Amino acid sequence: MLSFDGLVAVCVVYVAMLFGVAFLAEKRAAEGKARWLKSPITYTLSLSIYATAWTYYGAVGSAARTGLEFLTIYLGPTLVFIGWFWLLRKMVRIGRAQRITSIADMISSRYGKSGGLAALVTLLAVLGTTPYIALQLQSVTLSFSVFAGPSAFGAPDTQQTAIWVAAGLTLFTIIFGTRSLDVNERHPGLVSAIAVEAIVKLTAILAVGIFVVWGVADGPADMLRRIEESPVSQAGWNGARWLGLTALAGTAILCLPRMFQVLVVENSDERHLATAAWAFPLYLLLISLFVVPIAVVGLETYGTEGNPDLFVLTVPLDLGQEGLALLVFLGGFSAATSMVIVAALAMSTMLSNHIIMPLWLQLTRHDDPMSGDMRRVALGARRVSIGGMLFLGYGYYRLSGGADALAEIGLIAFLGVAQVLPALLGGILWRGATRIGAALGIGSGFVIWAWLLLIPNVAETGGLMPAVLEAGPFGIGWLSPATPLGLQATDPLLTAMVLSMGINTLLFILGSLLSFPSPMERLQGAQFVNVYDHSRPLYGWQGAVGMADDLLIMAQRILGAARAAQLFTTAAEAQGRANGVPEPTPDFLEKLERELAGSVGAATAHAMVAQIIGGASVSVRDLLAVADETAQIMEYSSQLEAKSTELAQTAARLREVNAKLTELSKQKDAFLSQISHELRTPMTSIRAFSEILMQGDTLDDSARTRFSKIIHDESLRLTRLLDDLLDLSVLEHGRVTLHEGEAQLCDVLDRAIHAAGAQAETGRLAIARDRETETVAIWTDADRLAQVFINLISNAQKYCDAEAPVLTISVRQLPGRVEVEFADNGSGIPARQRALIFEKFARADTARGAPGAGLGLAISREIMDRLGGGLIYIPSDSGVRFRVRLPARALRAA
Amino acid sequence: MGGRILLIEDEGNILEAIGFILSRAGWEVQGHGNGATALEAVVRTAPDLVVLDVMLPGRSGLEILRDLRGQPGTASLPVLMLTAKGQSKDRETALELGADAYLTKPFSNAELLETVTRLAEARAGTGPG
Repeated sequence: MLSFDGLVAVCVVYVAMLFGVAFLAEKRAAEGKARWLKSPITYTLSLSIYATAWTYYGAVGSAARTGLEFLTIYLGPTLVFIGWFWLLRKMVRIGRAQRITSIADMISSRYGKSGGLAALVTLLAVLGTTPYIALQLQSVTLSFSVFAGPSAFGAPDTQQTAIWVAAGLTLFTIIFGTRSLDVNERHPGLVSAIAVEAIVKLTAILAVGIFVVWGVADGPADMLRRIEESPVSQAGWNGARWLGLTALAGTAILCLPRMFQVLVVENSDERHLATAAWAFPLYLLLISLFVVPIAVVGLETYGTEGNPDLFVLTVPLDLGQEGLALLVFLGGFSAATSMVIVAALAMSTMLSNHIIMPLWLQLTRHDDPMSGDMRRVALGARRVSIGGMLFLGYGYYRLSGGADALAEIGLIAFLGVAQVLPALLGGILWRGATRIGAALGIGSGFVIWAWLLLIPNVAETGGLMPAVLEAGPFGIGWLSPATPLGLQATDPLLTAMVLSMGINTLLFILGSLLSFPSPMERLQGAQFVNVYDHSRPLYGWQGAVGMADDLLIMAQRILGAARAAQLFTTAAEAQGRANGVPEPTPDFLEKLERELAGSVGAATAHAMVAQIIGGASVSVRDLLAVADETAQIMEYSSQLEAKSTELAQTAARLREVNAKLTELSKQKDAFLSQISHELRTPMTSIRAFSEILMQGDTLDDSARTRFSKIIHDESLRLTRLLDDLLDLSVLEHGRVTLHEGEAQLCDVLDRAIHAAGAQAETGRLAIARDRETETVAIWTDADRLAQVFINLISNAQKYCDAEAPVLTISVRQLPGRVEVEFADNGSGIPARQRALIFEKFARADTARGAPGAGLGLAISREIMDRLGGGLIYIPSDSGVRFRVRLPARALRAA
Repeated sequence: MGGRILLIEDEGNILEAIGFILSRAGWEVQGHGNGATALEAVVRTAPDLVVLDVMLPGRSGLEILRDLRGQPGTASLPVLMLTAKGQSKDRETALELGADAYLTKPFSNAELLETVTRLAEARAGTGPG
């Protein structure tokens, strides 16, 4: 039997070999040469970390105890890989497109980059992963103690073994897991080492299987007979548990942090999934192929005495196959270490990104954000997290004391991380899923799972507060994990699974339906659900062939052909390439991006280059930046639009005012022209006759008298005209002062007729009145009203062309007003001239030559407006009719 | 100096004044006060010279002038335009339409006589008589 020291030496050599593989892979990857790293087989082998030491040893144990139930653990992933290939592909595409670093990042990113959700999922993952790591440490330690004889340094201390294993794994993970903060978070060295371990694992179990079938039994036929006789085939069949466990295992492959790490984060080529879809199930088939034969032979050899979990190791060992046993040991060691390494790595990413870094940023918020090397902090946080995870695992292992309860915790851990599933699937498939829904679902599932399974298990392991757990908190029976909701659970795992997943899903859906997603969630939701519309398939590590051509075409479209050609030729010359097409080196791309940014803005330029480079698809941040820029442009353009509308309005107003001014100016010119005419006409007569009179010799007396009278009349006409003009100007500018008082309408009429009659003594105009109706007391400016009446009467005197002219004045009292109508019996005003009568200087053709400047009616109308009444012309067939309306307030005194 | 002058003017006093002045100077003066019938008056009286006011009821003096110039019988008839508006634009319009002279009211009697005499002499010198 190999000594403990020898075994340690073998382990050290093995680990050193893994270091070598990892180191070489990193080196080759950096040089871009590691072709086998880009092989889908390597990807598939890395997925085999699903088969941990727990399944490596435990599957045989499980088969020995419960028959074929162990198969469910392999059946679940197989079904997912074959039946849900589309889902895996979508997850991988999203992971690449969104630069997802972990399952927590995936959930948080989908639900609006929520920090709280990320922390919740991280916490869940820590709780689910810690016992799992403990399980690995236990299995390694156990296998050590089984395998190794006494050490030269005394009896091997199993606790010591565990701590050394933990320390070694920490070191390995730190070295190959945190070499750099890669954007893509891939670790070629680590993946290579894991692939090698996967091969060792599979080889070892197949070797034991072959030994058992052909070495112990006499071939397959004999083996089948032995199985028939073995208690393994008598094991019972629990359909519900099978279904539950299969679903759980299928969920685990999607949700376990370490599986997400290898499946999505470490994926370098989407097409690898197609190979893994058949190769991974095949791997699982091979690794489970000889489980039953080994269990059967183990049971035959040891009966119920031995530990069936160690049959894989003890069977070859006790049958004298030391070399085979050593291989088995290394296989188990590989299964344990690969799982721990990837789990620690995945957890460290989550812990540092979602818990440590946010806290650190919070604490150093007041410092200059530019100071300090964030990369160093982030790497430090990851290294501490790796150490922390392994320490937690070790601590849990010490606390549990390696009890049998550890076996069950594997499934419990599965169910814990499975709580992420509704939010994960919902996030990928349903745009309506919201952060609130996800938080409610995960939170509730987490609480139920912890209360029903995790806490009782820990309590059982550590012997803590069993009374509370038995009776339920505060003695509430239905809250007790033993009898949840009063159910007498025969299978606590299944009960907890149905309850936690059921309520989780229900709350997730309800929460999503009842809450409103933030804009960020909407955007991310669309990016996730419609990932194929938003991203291109991402192949390989290098840019595609012809990338430079694509870049050139894009540059030409933006910079113009000449500028683009110059840029590319210069870059090609600098690279020493003669064909004018430069290698798309980072330097060149940066330069190109800067050039493009000058034309289309930084965010757009980055997005465009990224589209073509392909290695990094357009991130949401890029898109948001583009949206920001667009929004700014739109804002600017809407400001411009508003300004231009304003300008247009101002221009319209100016045009309007200008038109008004032009019109006024025209009116002013016309008015001045009219005044000139009205003044010059009497002046002409006055000048002509006065010149005649000045010469005077040949004139007889009568002519002299006549000419003098004409001069006199024309000067009176001029005076009247000037009076009227001044009157009109005063009235029009509202500067007239009204002297209102009580007056009798008939008095005002008497005055007017008298004044007009005095002017027209020679006139023949008769005036018909009805004095009775005129007895109306009014409140008005009697002088102004009389002026209006005089004007109307003298108009009739001047223009009425009847044989016996008669002016009829009639008064009517109406509710609220008094109307005084002036109607003559002449031929009236021709229809086409009626519209003009109130215009200044307007005179009907028939009134030509009559004295008056044509301002009378304009003045009268102004006066009546001032008095609050009105003056209108009433169209009529017989004679001229004017109606003077006195307003209601004119009656106040009545 | 003699001859027949048709005076087309709507202001009675001005008609009387100009008529008196020109008659005393030896002209036979015919007066007419309506724009609408002015053309017929020209044809009827066949004057040697027309004194034409711009502001006339019925028809503007400028329109009458244009019609006179458009008819072969009156195309070269001397026309003296009178206006009370006194704007240079009116004066230009009148001269463009073919007025031979243009006086702005009020004018001196001497100015009127002088202008009428000048036009009559010019016609006697060039025209067929």
